[in-house]
Amino acid sequence: MRETTPLVRIKLPEATQVQKLEKKSLVSYIYIGEPVNRNMYGSKSRIQLNDAYATVKQIPEFVARERQARPEADRNLLTFALKVDQNTKMGIVTDVKQQLRKSNALKINYSTRKVLKK
Amino acid sequence: MARRAAPEINAGSMADIAFLLLIFFLVTTTMDTDIGITRILPPPVKNKNENVDVKDRNVLKILINSHDLMLVNGKPGSVATLPQRVEDFMALHPNNPKYPEIKEKYFPQLGKKVMMTKGIVSLKNDRGTSYEMYIKVQNALAKAFDEMKDQASMKYFGVPYKDLVNQKKIDLINELVPIRVSEAEPENVGGQ
Repeated sequence: MRETTPLVRIKLPEATQVQKLEKKSLVSYIYIGEPVNRNMYGSKSRIQLNDAYATVKQIPEFVARERQARPEADRNLLTFALKVDQNTKMGIVTDVKQQLRKSNALKINYSTRKVLKK
Repeated sequence: MARRAAPEINAGSMADIAFLLLIFFLVTTTMDTDIGITRILPPPVKNKNENVDVKDRNVLKILINSHDLMLVNGKPGSVATLPQRVEDFMALHPNNPKYPEIKEKYFPQLGKKVMMTKGIVSLKNDRGTSYEMYIKVQNALAKAFDEMKDQASMKYFGVPYKDLVNQKKIDLINELVPIRVSEAEPENVGGQ
């Protein structure tokens, strides 16, 4: 039931105060992590949108396309789930967040693994 | 030609086949359970130089450097003690200049004025901060605000926040306990 083939290695960070993402059809995913194929793409963190690597600059276009794909009434309810590897540096994550802000995609979700309260 | 009875299919292995199929689907199905911390980003600013002046006492500054070390208002802090710090900071302390100012806000749903803190948590991280640390801090902040929501919910409705069903009540609590976290643009000190 996977929608995309992962091109980046992602181990989600842990969190306890989590919410469930309710409507899956209103969620778009942005993956950030080290490329799976390191020999070919190096170990620098990359962004994956759908089935391909992308640069930060491609995000507004991605947001627009994702909005287009939804019915008009739901477009403002779109959530962008950031699936980011825990070892990623914040620099790239912030860049992505800034682009999302610019494109007015303000509802985001930091995907995490749930752990029981310690 | 004499009618012969159709040979019966050997169904002895049917159970095994079904079992194998079951195992196969069990293994190949990935149930993506999407959970995480939901946040609303601030809307884009049109005027870049538009800086909102906030009084020093109203801000709890959290800094994280590229080595994932934390400073809370200039002193070293830790993720473990952060929720308490934030709760203490956001609690109402009338006439105490060390704590944030307090303002009154009228809630038509309650039909009365409620004291609200003007406190705000400012989170600033380095470009070299790890995402793991960032989420830990976000989680700690979420914990503090969740607890405050619980307290407000217990006070007004007598049930914990997560047990509220009525959307109006949930909205009211969200209004009473706004998640006042501001994220500054990160600095590039540690180098990336």
